[in-house]
Amino acid sequence: MKPTNINNPEYFHQVVDCQYACPSHTPVPEYIRLIAAGKFTEAYMVNWDSNVFPGVLGRTCDRPCEPACRRGRVEEEPVAICRLKRVAADNKEDVKQYMPQGLFAPNGKKIALVGGGPASLTVARDLAPLGYEIHLFDEQPAGGGFMRSQIPSFRLPETVLNEEVGYILNLGIHTHFNHYVRSLKELLQSDYDAVFVGSGAPRGRDLLELPGRNEGDANIHIGINWLASVAFEHTKKIGKRVLVLGGGNTAMDCCRTARRLGGESVKVLVRSPFEEMKASPWEKEDAIHEDIPIIDNHVPKSFVVKEGQLIGMTFEKVKAEYVDNKRKLVPTGEPEVFYEVDDVLIAIGQENSFPWIERDLGIEFDKWNMPLVNETTYCSTNEKVFFGGDAAFGPKNVITAVAQGHQAAISIHLYCSEMNLKTDRPAPFVNLHNMKMGIHEWGYDNNVVTDQRYVVPQASKTETLRDRKKEVELGFDVMEGFKEAQRCLNCDVQTVFTESKCIECDACVDICPTSCITFTTNEENESDIRNKLKVPATNLSQPLYISDTLPTKRIMVKDENVCLHCSLCAERCPTAAWDMKQFYYNVTKAMGMKNEVIG
Amino acid sequence: MTYIRPAFRHPQLPLNKLGLPVSYYEGALSTLCAGCGHDSISAGIIQACWELNIQPHHVAKLSGIGCSSKTPTYFLSNSHGFNSVHGRMPSVATGAYLANRDLLYIGVSGDGDSASIGMGQFAHVIRRNVNMVYVVMNNGCYGLTKGQDSATADIGSISKSGSVNQFQGIDLASLAIELGATFVAQSFSGDKDQLVPLIKAAIKHPGFALINVVSPCVTFNNNPGSTKSYQFVREHHAMTSKMDYVPEMKTISTSYHEGNNQEIELHDGSTIQLHKLSPDWNPEDRVSAILALKQAAAKQEVLTGLLFIEPETKALHQILGTTESPLNTLTESSLCPGNKELLELNKSWR
Repeated sequence: MKPTNINNPEYFHQVVDCQYACPSHTPVPEYIRLIAAGKFTEAYMVNWDSNVFPGVLGRTCDRPCEPACRRGRVEEEPVAICRLKRVAADNKEDVKQYMPQGLFAPNGKKIALVGGGPASLTVARDLAPLGYEIHLFDEQPAGGGFMRSQIPSFRLPETVLNEEVGYILNLGIHTHFNHYVRSLKELLQSDYDAVFVGSGAPRGRDLLELPGRNEGDANIHIGINWLASVAFEHTKKIGKRVLVLGGGNTAMDCCRTARRLGGESVKVLVRSPFEEMKASPWEKEDAIHEDIPIIDNHVPKSFVVKEGQLIGMTFEKVKAEYVDNKRKLVPTGEPEVFYEVDDVLIAIGQENSFPWIERDLGIEFDKWNMPLVNETTYCSTNEKVFFGGDAAFGPKNVITAVAQGHQAAISIHLYCSEMNLKTDRPAPFVNLHNMKMGIHEWGYDNNVVTDQRYVVPQASKTETLRDRKKEVELGFDVMEGFKEAQRCLNCDVQTVFTESKCIECDACVDICPTSCITFTTNEENESDIRNKLKVPATNLSQPLYISDTLPTKRIMVKDENVCLHCSLCAERCPTAAWDMKQFYYNVTKAMGMKNEVIG
Repeated sequence: MTYIRPAFRHPQLPLNKLGLPVSYYEGALSTLCAGCGHDSISAGIIQACWELNIQPHHVAKLSGIGCSSKTPTYFLSNSHGFNSVHGRMPSVATGAYLANRDLLYIGVSGDGDSASIGMGQFAHVIRRNVNMVYVVMNNGCYGLTKGQDSATADIGSISKSGSVNQFQGIDLASLAIELGATFVAQSFSGDKDQLVPLIKAAIKHPGFALINVVSPCVTFNNNPGSTKSYQFVREHHAMTSKMDYVPEMKTISTSYHEGNNQEIELHDGSTIQLHKLSPDWNPEDRVSAILALKQAAAKQEVLTGLLFIEPETKALHQILGTTESPLNTLTESSLCPGNKELLELNKSWR
């Protein structure tokens, strides 16, 4: 095996599991240290740069970082990364002074953004400081897109959303709210230099083929439309008996909202087994906590209407069978089940819809009616039109939309600067710097605490069920936030090995608490090396750090899997062949690029 | 700042036959210098005891004074321990062994503790064949008092301050063979592949077992010109043999060439598998072992591996013909069987 090339920043990047897993690669350990140090404003700004909506995401993020967190492999639970972000947002002081300050000298280019959700807002934020004239169109009366219409206030208070959307809109964005774009052709015929489509996945799936669907229509609602209607206060109540169909996060939001609008007996019915539901585990927990039973393995069969009034639904019971890792839902043969109901909410997924895009604009669509979008540049087959967020590759989540917005903004800037969208893309900003301050002193808190994950306190159920706008989670206070932050293993502080300094004394091997380091002879195949380590490296998703050949013809192999980044290898190394260095990796944003555009 | 080892261990740490992970055999975090050879030897002892499925509470760790003698704190926290007077570890070990023959005794000493102040004790514990493992962590200097040459420093070795040692060094391995030790080995702290099987064989040896381990002092004796530095030992390393300790239950398959292989059976049925690297040397012959050592010394080589073994040996308790039960378990009724027994005994002498 050849030695690991640590000069390639992607090596150390993948060691920072949380940051690597985050679609927008937020420097997570960096901001967690700032939170532990009480520097909430700075922590907020690290987030704001990467993910644009720290307050929103600190409450609602899908948190791909947490299943990736190394702590979850060392003990049971990962660091509560998401809720720590909220601690920064809750306790920050004036952050506006650290944000780009307008007015910005115009660069003469004009951009249209279709949709006012996280993707479009990210593009707006990244491009506005460069002097672009940005026009944002949205059919809703305010910005935020699905963050506003779909995420209920008891999970995301309107004030938090307004604040963070406001930071962006105040950069001098020209907003056109209550304005549904009916024709992309018209937009392209105006004087825009580029158009960004961030219109989301606005159409909720329906069950049109089910008997009784039309007859019972007055009491059958599409989940996302109903949630939007509640958010904009058109809908204020619902029947006492409510069935929610679907197993995703929207279903969870629907059922919990229904409980607050008068639903006394609210049930979720889902086709798949409970464990395989798409909803995040914590959202399922929260729903169950609010006395909402989740009934799995039930496939809807019909709406039962009597005298023009919906009275119930029938379901077929199924069980999951697996053939070649593929799931099939097979009827159990039991008689159909009937549930009485006043209102039904259908939350079985959502899809894209582009009726407003003419098909003769040079934008190619595939057989699923999705535009062909480049996965690196987010450019469509029309070089002036860019896509991002749910509109690009179908429904995902806020943090993915933000990440795509950043990349689309870079592409738009490159396009307007007449540069190549692929070859001229900026490299990430990386740095690797010393953390050593003394024999036993490092520039980070390397003591590994054994605290278990702290639970975020919640407001009492009687209180929150009474008021739709009352936030359920109270968030960590500063002390709890500190304790939770201390659970972070600082995976961005890298163990860096220098072969030429090593005297092969074995001190690092002996001291390493998690037996990560082995000195052994080299092999041709990685699997042979993995098998002969002190503890065989069976987690193939985690890389091996392999050194060049040492004087005794051996190599140093470090299995990154459960390294605690505790620095003991470096402390016990007599020659500083091991060193702890902080690796900083930040995806370059358009607003950090040189302004090449001359108007 | 950390002086504490984190509590987390690798979640897939293998277990030995007692169901214990190797972490159960650890000690406190070492306070020796970073990179000290002694820490490697401690890790070797931990590894050997774990592999041999030894119950830590069946072990007694004994030491004298010095850097080496601090190490029992850094391994086997769940064992008995006695940090004794400078150079007097052998006496304490002898006493403990006489009182309780059932424990495994691991004595740790250094070149100062054994070759200077404890020289006499060293000679007598060998002469009495106390059943123990005696590990000398030999770095050729007094590390605890800033690195003066010790009695095992080789003549001509240059210290960190630049002075050349004018005195003959005491070769503890040759001396032990001369004194009649029944298990003598030499090793290097930077070579655990050799050290761990040696410790295992020494533990299984039924009499006194000496392992003299060259253990570089990174702070005071790891400089160019020193004959006990990591670099010097690596470059002047000669091995008597490649060795495996094979527990009795395992069937043996050696892949070495025939002719150079030798199998030594220990009293409990386990074996030492040797692949000899020096053709004239016979591990069961005292004279050839001493010859091999002298020849290596003439070539400025550090000879490591098993040097001499006498597998059938009588340890102190056998020589004294004491009872099988540990003396500290004997109660008044067994020690003083009463007048009737006394009369019988007296009668037999009439």
